[in-house]
Amino acid sequence: MGNILVKEKQIVVPGEILAKGMDYLPGIGTYREGENIHAARVGLTYIDGRALKLIPLAGKYQPKKGDTIIAKVKDIMFSGWSCTTNSAYQAMMNVKDATSEFIPRGADLSQIYQIGDYVVGKIVTVTSQKLIDLSMKGPGLRRLHGGRIVYVTPSKVPRIIGKKGSMVSMIKQATGCKIIVGQNGMIWLSGEEPKNVLLAVKTIEMIESKAHISGLTDIIKQWLEKETGQKIIPKGDENGL
Amino acid sequence: MGYDKRLDGRKFDETRPIEAKVGVIKNADGSGWFRIGKSTAYAAVYGPKNLYPKFLANPKRGVLRCHYNMMPFSGMGNRVRPGTNRRAKEISMVTANALLPILDLSDFPNSVVDVYIELPETDAGSRCAGICAASLALADAGFLMKDLACSVAVGKVDDKVVVDLDYAEEAYECDAGVADIPLCIFPQSKKISLLQMDGILSPESLKEAMEAGMIAAEKIYDIQKAALKAKYEGD
Repeated sequence: MGNILVKEKQIVVPGEILAKGMDYLPGIGTYREGENIHAARVGLTYIDGRALKLIPLAGKYQPKKGDTIIAKVKDIMFSGWSCTTNSAYQAMMNVKDATSEFIPRGADLSQIYQIGDYVVGKIVTVTSQKLIDLSMKGPGLRRLHGGRIVYVTPSKVPRIIGKKGSMVSMIKQATGCKIIVGQNGMIWLSGEEPKNVLLAVKTIEMIESKAHISGLTDIIKQWLEKETGQKIIPKGDENGL
Repeated sequence: MGYDKRLDGRKFDETRPIEAKVGVIKNADGSGWFRIGKSTAYAAVYGPKNLYPKFLANPKRGVLRCHYNMMPFSGMGNRVRPGTNRRAKEISMVTANALLPILDLSDFPNSVVDVYIELPETDAGSRCAGICAASLALADAGFLMKDLACSVAVGKVDDKVVVDLDYAEEAYECDAGVADIPLCIFPQSKKISLLQMDGILSPESLKEAMEAGMIAAEKIYDIQKAALKAKYEGD
């Protein structure tokens, strides 16, 4: 007979026993030791049928294939650009993936992306040794002009985007800012009114600190309505771009 | 004449008062603060990040680097000369070795995780406080860990087995002498990853001391657990 010792969405710490017996299965962030399932990180429990999983609350960005991230051009190499990704590893952006335009052999690459530029790119491949290939070919992928970058914990990015982008589109609507959320925890904001940009930054910081609370969209909605003094009618946004 | 009463009036199996906190250093990826009596340790975790020089990198998993540092004003007597020394280097190494068995860095090949342990105040048991703080900081940084590392010193003063010696006890003068044994225990698996000894001890007393250490480690685990949860359950 197995019994579960934790509730759904409970904060657990490494080593804590989540369930006893063989009726449950260890999922992501947990491990089995003899009869017991233990937590392997600080996280929120998530019970998926018989599997016990943990949603991480902290941690560096782990590059994943298909993620749209914001990266900073760090160096220019022979055949492309080396970019920092807010993870432990650098990403390579090859010339052939950099733009849809034709770049002749031996062209001055700094004319296309300069060191220090921020770009929105898509991760095409990640090897086992964490070599990352970044591509700029795709809708919405471009160089970022102006604006500002804020950093959040990557595990909290899904909360900032919200269900089908509901959270980020609400902030966009309330503040009138352009916002791009990278999966790596870098967020680009740009707006006409400095006051509104600051409000958006503050909102994002608030979401980050309250990410583990349920019903967050409503709390943020009320807060934004109070701050801006206008009614917000939520509307869906597909991907937060 | 034996050692009937501890110098600070504690019970023989009682640790000094323990406090712990996480998230104390905002700019770090994870941080922890651990205080046992008058020994205080701050630990800050940075990384995983690029490792230079490159030849130190391990292509299979991340490297853990610990930096143990006693602050100049932290000691009981003379000013501690700043910078590293042989003692600090040795303790940094045993700290890293004590933490590695629970830490899973296989997701971060070729990278490094730096743990800086700073001690503003020491009264014996500083490596133990440092390990406890470092384990809190690593958990706070979100690493995959099988357990938390709970470290405490046990030992023998004259004829009595005691837990968590302070400096006065370490320096106690008596016929049978003093033995000091820093331990690092993983409370879930009951495994030991640090076992050092300074002094002379009979095998029976060593066994008794380690059993007392196990009980103290479980108490430390509860305090660490509460500290990690307090960060998120505050509001």
